[in-house]
Amino acid sequence: MSENLNPAELQKTCLYDRHVALQAKMSPFAGFMMPIQYDSITVEHNAVRQKVGMFDVSHMGEVFVEGPEAEKFVNWIFTNEIRGFEPGKVLYGMMCYPDGGVVDDLLVYREFAPDHFLLVVNAANIDKDFAWIEEHAKGFDCTVRNESPVWGQIAVQGPESEKVLADVLGLPEAANLGFYTFYDTEYKGKRMIVSRTGYTGEDGFELYTSIDGTVELWDRLIAAGVQPCGLGCRDTLRFEAGLPLYGDELSAEISPVMAGLGMFCKFDKDFIGKEALLAQKGGEIARKLVGIEIEDKAIPRAGYPVELEDGTEVGIVTTGYHSISLDKSICFALVDKAYAALDTPLSIRIRKKVFPGKVVKKRFYQTNYKK
Amino acid sequence: MSKIIEGLKYSESHEWVKVEDGLAVIGVTDFAQAEMGDITYVDMPDVDDEVTAGEEFGALESVKAASDLFAPVSGKVVAVNEALDDTPELVNEDAFENWIIKVEMSDPSELDALMDAAAYKASIGE
Repeated sequence: MSENLNPAELQKTCLYDRHVALQAKMSPFAGFMMPIQYDSITVEHNAVRQKVGMFDVSHMGEVFVEGPEAEKFVNWIFTNEIRGFEPGKVLYGMMCYPDGGVVDDLLVYREFAPDHFLLVVNAANIDKDFAWIEEHAKGFDCTVRNESPVWGQIAVQGPESEKVLADVLGLPEAANLGFYTFYDTEYKGKRMIVSRTGYTGEDGFELYTSIDGTVELWDRLIAAGVQPCGLGCRDTLRFEAGLPLYGDELSAEISPVMAGLGMFCKFDKDFIGKEALLAQKGGEIARKLVGIEIEDKAIPRAGYPVELEDGTEVGIVTTGYHSISLDKSICFALVDKAYAALDTPLSIRIRKKVFPGKVVKKRFYQTNYKK
Repeated sequence: MSKIIEGLKYSESHEWVKVEDGLAVIGVTDFAQAEMGDITYVDMPDVDDEVTAGEEFGALESVKAASDLFAPVSGKVVAVNEALDDTPELVNEDAFENWIIKVEMSDPSELDALMDAAAYKASIGE
């Protein structure tokens, strides 16, 4: 993803001063100046896997859709099925272009008020998404509002996150939430959404509230000794859990079907991109996203070529690491579909050397979600 | 403040060279290892490979990124530090103690083009 590196044009989240005070290593991401790491990426990664960690995700976008035809509209732009989906539930899916390419991947919250929905979108795509949503809302009886600037968001993730919400933040009722559900409460006189969601492969919560409330929540969590975690380990965690990142594993060129996320597209309803995605599902697809594990500690990075034994290039790495939790060198790669079956031998060219490996399941790490 | 050792030669790309028994012992500086963070892999050439001054001969990998290693001098690789295969974090622990390769120099005058400790210190703004 290309980054706007002009510091004057970079946005700051409401927790920017807190990151600087914690001496985080800061870097531009998605148009925001964001913390990459406070400690080492490994320390932060392991805190989330073994105990608890927290992330400033205030850069994410919040778009509210309301009105008599809100459900009909959201169901038209969203690949997943929201009819029959109850208030208090959260659903993952995509917004697609007519050709099946992805505008963005997002969460849809069905609010407790009838005909109210919250769409949580990627920071890098807020403007593009909101323009897309506004454009397609024409002709539906509903209103759309981009409230991204007035919401802060903190993700508390890891096996001890339920305990932290109860003991540190006084939210014991959060323990009653199932995975991908939420409830509404108030914090500092403003609405707070407590949602059992995340992007790490562990149990955890995301807390959406006002700017002031977010800063206070952060300070309370820091005072309680919760490890602050940056985008560095957010990427290593989500990657191990097999979760895609828009821009790397999903994009205008990489459809949900190519990315192996067809289960989030419901073909017994109409939505933008359905015909193209159905055709892809039926075989009209050149490449597929796979997991590859190599037999070495060398690290496959985004952009490195994937090759057959004879040197023929058949794909490209999209994300790769030496996995912290698994101690293996693994990657996601887009490869010609003929080579996408499990156990297919594929090599990665890393600088001057070629490392043999094979296709493995994309969910590298056994996730630990609360049922 | 990173550690810098007097008497060694330094490259702009943060490698150090120590001449020992006529061989160029090459590693990365303390500044470089600190910038990289936790080093998880050291990609080294094979013994008998030729390296060329200013050209890439391997890489250091941290969790997040790969950083190429550039040869400060030209010559033939006569030894690689095999301990780094299993314990790449040694470079974080002591970047000067844990050399990466030893090179039989083809042109020792290339050493003159490198910086001394004071010049290197200035180049990293310390």
